[in-house]
Amino acid sequence: MNIVVCGKVIPASTVIIEIDPSTKRMFRKGVTHELDPAAASAVEEGLRLTEKHGGAVTLITMGISDATIGIRSALAMGAANAVHILDDAVAGSDTLGTAKVLAAAIKKQPFDLVICGTESSDSYSGIVPGQIAHFLGVPAVTFAKEVIVEGGKLTIKRQTENGYDVVEAALPALVTTTSGINEPRYPQLKGIMAAKKKEIKIYTAADLGLGPDQVGESGAREKVLTVGRPPKRQAGQMITDEGEGGKKIAEFLAELKII
Amino acid sequence: MSDLIWVYAEVVDEKITPITLEMLTRAAELGKAEALLLGPAPNGAAEMLAKFGASKIYRSADAVYGDYLTLPAVETVAELMQKYNPAVMLFASSFAGRDLVAALSARLDSGAIADVGDFVLKNGSVEATIPALGASYQNTSTLVSPGTKLLLVRPKSFDAKVNEQPLSVEDVPAVGGDALRKIHVKERVTVKQEGPQLEGAKAIVSGGRGLKGEANFAMLKELADLLGGAVGATRAAVDAGWVPYAMQVGQTGKTVKPDLYIACGISGAVQHLSGMKTSKTIISINKDPEAPIFQFSDLGIVGDVFQVVPQLIEEIKKKKGK
Ligand SMILES: Cc1cc2nc3c(=O)[nH]c(=O)nc-3n(C[C@H](O)[C@H](O)[C@H](O)COP(=O)(O)OP(=O)(O)OC[C@H]3O[C@@H](n4cnc5c(N)ncnc54)[C@H](O)[C@@H]3O)c2cc1C
Ligand SMILES: Nc1ncnc2c1ncn2[C@@H]1O[C@H](COP(=O)(O)O)[C@@H](O)[C@H]1O
Repeated sequence: MNIVVCGKVIPASTVIIEIDPSTKRMFRKGVTHELDPAAASAVEEGLRLTEKHGGAVTLITMGISDATIGIRSALAMGAANAVHILDDAVAGSDTLGTAKVLAAAIKKQPFDLVICGTESSDSYSGIVPGQIAHFLGVPAVTFAKEVIVEGGKLTIKRQTENGYDVVEAALPALVTTTSGINEPRYPQLKGIMAAKKKEIKIYTAADLGLGPDQVGESGAREKVLTVGRPPKRQAGQMITDEGEGGKKIAEFLAELKII
Repeated sequence: MSDLIWVYAEVVDEKITPITLEMLTRAAELGKAEALLLGPAPNGAAEMLAKFGASKIYRSADAVYGDYLTLPAVETVAELMQKYNPAVMLFASSFAGRDLVAALSARLDSGAIADVGDFVLKNGSVEATIPALGASYQNTSTLVSPGTKLLLVRPKSFDAKVNEQPLSVEDVPAVGGDALRKIHVKERVTVKQEGPQLEGAKAIVSGGRGLKGEANFAMLKELADLLGGAVGATRAAVDAGWVPYAMQVGQTGKTVKPDLYIACGISGAVQHLSGMKTSKTIISINKDPEAPIFQFSDLGIVGDVFQVVPQLIEEIKKKKGK
């Protein structure tokens, strides 16, 4: 079973992400990067499926050169190889441009199943996977809390507002995994050593047959007009609990006539 | 550009969702609002949409829209769009909404704007306001593609207001063919939730990783009961399996706007804040004085939840004279 995982490599969770007012894009260059936790979950799910059914996991990421560190962690977890779309021409792509790039790269790989995170941890539009599925002509089976593959069929438990749906589709298909679907494994020393020898294929937009009318800032359908900060909330009072904390809250609630 | 604005209506738990009505309200303020209602819906659903501003409702009650996800609805919406060419179409930032916008934006090669907090019609397109990066930014963007502009709207961005329109329902034929019956819903399982729901609660007491485990949520439940409210949680608590997803507040959970929000053992990550920071009064209890939640709190108690919350419960009981 050939599995392609689409995952981002993003500024580490310790980095406060800021937007560059001149380019209206996130500052990405030069900050510490890591494999998006949503991508790590998707890789983990892929590895579990190949451990059960055989086959291999390929990670595909579109990102800047700092992304290599995250690609290596996916390879160290156990992905067999990786594809990195690395090209200034794709910088500034909107969701649709990103999906076109990823779909074109996926088409160059043999695949039975594509796994994406429901949303990326930095931009969380949540619509890239559904767009990819459309370009691949496969069903998008989304918001999986559990994934089962059996006899050419994919069955998931799909998160809903008040429980879950059991949803089924034939392979090939694309599935998106929700956070908390699994606990991604930590790369072990052996995996880290092995990752150094694994192949990372580099593609440009041109390799994928995509021009400036489709990708990058020039191809983006969505244009950011302004970047600003929301009005700040007036800070309230802060009290250190010295045995009276609960009482203080009760008094505050009484003042507000809530109790 | 016309000022025709379409809203994709959703039904959850046999009710039109609150965000559907919120979107209709805003659409009717900015132009002519119409709704699409596909698949099974409760009695009176169309009347409800008209009551909140829909001057027309395109309707198919065919079961295909409930039994098969995304593809049948996309086909129908795309066909209707081509025929009537609305300026904008609004979808809820929900499970179904996101799937539909993803597929439509690719099919129409139009792109879409996600996570929209507000919008206006401007210069022959839309200008949308997006509370980006967990609402730490407030950006605006537009779509430069021709045709209907697709927007995914955040819940609780607008207040739903009654705006009665005469009921006008147009039946649309359901789509057929096996090519659209690919994503099959075999079973729907409702996970029973105890106690009051977050949706509509006047007071919410939420717990995070600082609660340390499932059992300690009982303490929050007791406090919420005393305040006549509901219990919420962070994604950390949900992912740990302490409480069900229906209780999650934040970017990927529910957006809430109660009169009172009490955050217990919650750090205040941007993704949590974006789901609750417009609450009227926010009180937080955290043992770390540097926790970001304090910057959004009307009252912050630097302390241990296991000391502060039981004392608060006792105080309220005393005040209530129990
Ligand atoms: C794309 C994306 C979407 C997300 N969506 C959501 C979402 O919808 N909702 C959400 O909540 N999160 C969401 N998150 C996760 C979010 O980033 C945080 O990881 C999460 O909110 C942290 O939860 P927490 O505050 O419970 O845990 P932590 O950040 O670990 O904070 C626990 C807090 O408890 C305090 N504490 C510990 N012990 C005590 C004690 N005894 N007394 C008092 N205080 C104590 C600590 O000081 C700390 O501040 C999302 C993340 C991403 C990337
Ligand atoms: N640059 C990218 N490289 C690889 N995968 C991506 C990229 N952007 C989005 N994705 C995939 O699409 C999912 C949703 O992303 P988003 O639409 O940004 O929330 C992610 O979890 C990934 O699986």
